[in-house]
Formats: sequence, structure tokens, C-alpha cells
Amino acid sequence: MTAPEQIHTRIWDEEAEPDNPFATRAAYCRGYDVYGEMLGRARWVEMLYLLFREEAPPPAAADLLEALAVALANPGPRDASVHAAMCGGVGGSPAAACLMAALGVGAGQLAGSREVLLAREAWAACGTDLDAWRRRIAEPTAEVASIWPASQHFPGFDPHADHASQIVQQTLTTLAQLSPGPYLPWLNRNQADLEAAVGHPLALLGVAAAAFADLGFSAEQSEMLTLLLRLPGAAAHALEQRAGGYKSFPFFKIELQTNDEDAHP
Amino acid sequence: MSRQELLAENTECFKSRMGAFFPGSHVIFRGHDLHRQLKDMDWIELFVFGITGRRFSAEQLRLMHALWVYTSYPDARIWNNRVTALSGSTRSTGNLGLAAALAISEAHIYGRGNEMQAISFYIDTCRKLASGAELADCVTQELATHARIAGYGRPLINADERIAPIMALAQELGLDRGPHLQLAFELERFLLDSGRNLRINYGAIVSAFGADLGFTPQEFYLFMFPSFLAGMTPCYIEGTERPEGSSFPLSCVNICYEGPPRRSWRDPT
Repeated sequence: MTAPEQIHTRIWDEEAEPDNPFATRAAYCRGYDVYGEMLGRARWVEMLYLLFREEAPPPAAADLLEALAVALANPGPRDASVHAAMCGGVGGSPAAACLMAALGVGAGQLAGSREVLLAREAWAACGTDLDAWRRRIAEPTAEVASIWPASQHFPGFDPHADHASQIVQQTLTTLAQLSPGPYLPWLNRNQADLEAAVGHPLALLGVAAAAFADLGFSAEQSEMLTLLLRLPGAAAHALEQRAGGYKSFPFFKIELQTNDEDAHP
Repeated sequence: MSRQELLAENTECFKSRMGAFFPGSHVIFRGHDLHRQLKDMDWIELFVFGITGRRFSAEQLRLMHALWVYTSYPDARIWNNRVTALSGSTRSTGNLGLAAALAISEAHIYGRGNEMQAISFYIDTCRKLASGAELADCVTQELATHARIAGYGRPLINADERIAPIMALAQELGLDRGPHLQLAFELERFLLDSGRNLRINYGAIVSAFGADLGFTPQEFYLFMFPSFLAGMTPCYIEGTERPEGSSFPLSCVNICYEGPPRRSWRDPT
């Protein structure tokens, strides 16, 4: 008799009902009884933290993660990922398609989760060493063959603005106050120097990357959490546009430009 | 022009050199009327025209078809295909399952991630070898940059059943002598001779063909997007035909928990 196929996990264990191995009698997350003890007592962000980390969060970390989740919950209808979700909603696409659209577009290196991964890597490499940041900002991007197109700006900063917006400042100030440190408070003190080195102002996801660093999430965990935490707004806006219909949704004018290369195929 | 001016200029009107549709009238596809000038195109021919703006010979298009046909495996165990089978099993939609499976196909160890590195390496190395570089140095540099030589070795078994048939067809079409394809096999010999048991796999072959067909890495990456699709739809269909929930069911016995021992949840924070 061959051994059963197994999924190896440090996250989740399940006890079967005595009469049915496919029905769950009890489920344990990192050793905690989810439905017997956590349910009704644990906060959503505590569960979230526990899934990605081995231990439940200290109170300060839970507070920071919750504040970050509020900041990321809705990028707003101008954001490309929410725009994509609304494109699904307006045509009556399935709910999952709307969220897949938001994930696909929101995965990128401009105001997307890949930008957070790259910014988080910068925090891991540079920490609170301003000279290290300056060197990293100045050094040319290494040429690596990748499925990702080349980015056109330093991650975590906004290439389309001259100064950090009020909501970025409000988020940084609030999260830095909640943070157990060290990165958000350091960013708060050194924002101007970093922005001068980059040539662009801090972006909201730049603040998020510092928060993820303070929470101890890896770059890959930060990328995943960014995707996850930005979905609520995409979902809500997709449903709103579905109800509103395509006639009240922008379609834009188009200007066709001549392409000499295509003139003689 | 400032960045804000750039955005403002593009707020109302989308400027495109790729195409547009004029409702009730016509559609322009890369400068051509789709329903007049391009209406007789084979689908893959249109697909690669859309990607590259270039036309390809009948032999090249036949090879492109085969590159996809020979890797269309309706085996629902394969990770990307399994997504379609699971979506059928849960009675999700075919589009959602297939779109998710194609997204999964952008993997590091197979599919787009693998091919992107392989074709980039072939194009770069061919150029360097022509300038007098040594293959050994190119391999060393590639290992330093990417920590692997993409397209050599295989996740499940170190052999590839797709290579003989695609090479036979390429020979029949007169497309088996390209410099990147030759480099791909030269690289396999180099790796084996240097003690690495890494046989060439299909990802390397298709990437070398892609380079010899004149694709840039990005063009080839986009061309390969649907390459697994024909093998996925049968997996979805079978998933819907079986009783719901019966594709790859896992019982509690199938979970091997290796985390912290049972413990009590503390009071809420």
C-alpha cells in the first residue's frame, strides 16, 4: 500500500469527524483552535498575521496591521486595479473575474504589489542607513531576464507627483505613531532626504512597504498582503458599476495614430 | 512636458497606434482593416501579427502551431491544468478556471518564467559568442545572475518526449539550423561535459526556436501565452463531468501538519 499523498504545512491542521475523513471536526491554525477558541475572540488582523507568521501578533503589531489595512482597503476608482475591476463589473462579468482583473492590474510595479515587494527588498537591504539608500537609489537597475517589464521609477515613490500628497502624509504620520519601529519612524524623520535622492515624493505603497517591514513580513509576504488588502475597494466599486451600467461608465475617445512599420506588412 | 501634463493630456482621449474599432463601420488592426485586409488570416498568423507587426512564412507558422500542439497535455495532475480541473469540480466557470490556469502558467520552473530567461540568454549569448566570448564565461555569468540555466533539467523527470517530434518537424520545414537552436544543443553538451546532469527540455527548445524566428523576448513571451490552453479545456470538461468535488479530493489524512503544537488562544488584544 502506498503512502497517502500529503500536503506538508506548518499553518493548518484538521481533525476529521469520526465518521467522515472529509469533514472537519476541528481546525487548528498554528496550534490554535480556530472555531473552538479563536472565533469570537480573535481580530481579523490577528488571524491574518497568524497565517503568515508563526505567532499571534503583539497588540502593537495588530494595531499597526489594522491601520494599514484601512489605508489600503480602497485605492479608489481612479486606481488602475479598481478601474480594471469596474471594467468587469460594468459588463456583468463574474465576481471572481472582477477581482482577478484587480489582482492582475494591481500586481504591477507602478502602485501595485510588485512595487511593494521591491520597496520591501530595499528596506531589507538598506534599513535605516541613509547612505545605503542613496547608493541603492543611484545604482543602475541590474538587468535580469524576467516576466516583469522594466520599471521606470524607484519603488515606493510616485513618479507622477512633485510632493507627497496629504493622504500619504496622513498615513505615514499615523502609522509611524502606531509602529513598534524601527522603519516607519525612521522614514518619517528622513522622508525629505529620501525624496531628494529619488527625485520623486513618497507614495502610499512606499509607506506600506515600511509598515510591512516593521511588522516583520518578508518581501513576498508583503506582496501577497498588498494584493489581498486592496481587494475590498475593487469589489465594492465593481458592484457599484455593475448596478450603474455601462452607459454611465467612461469609454473615452480614441485617436488612431499612423504606424509606418505596419503600413506594408 | 511634466508628468502631470502627460497624464492630463491622456485623460480624455486614448491615443493608439495599434488599433481601434469604429462602431458599425470598420476595425483597424495595426494599420489594416481587419474585415477586409486581414480577414483570411489564420488565427495564429493574426496573433503573431498583433504581437510583432510582422508576417511570417507558411513554414514558420506551421512550426508555431506545432510548438503549442506538442505541449498540449490534457493531464489534470499538472499544476496549471489542475486549476482547470478544480474549477470544473467546484462548478466554477470555464473562463475563470482557464484564465487562472493560464495565469499560473507564468511560472518560474516552467512556462513563461522559464522561457523568458531561456530566450534572453540565447539571444544575449549568441551576440557575445559572435564577438569572441567563451560559452563557459557566458554560463558562469548567467548562473551568477539567475542562479540557473533556464531550459535544462525538468521538474519531474530529466528527459523530454516533445523534443524528438518537434525537431523532426523543424527538419522537415527546414527550420532546424538556426543559430539559437544550435546554441541550445551546444549548451546541453557543455553542461553534461561539465558534470551537470541537466538535459535540454522543451522550454529551451521552444525558446531557441523563438529566437530563431526573430522574436524578441517580450514578443516570444506573449506568443507563448496560450501554449498550454488546448490541454486545459479537456481537464475542465472532465472536472464538470465528474461528480462535484470529486477531482483531487483531500481528506484530513492528507494534511501533514508540521507546525507548533496545540495551544490556547489568549484573551483578545
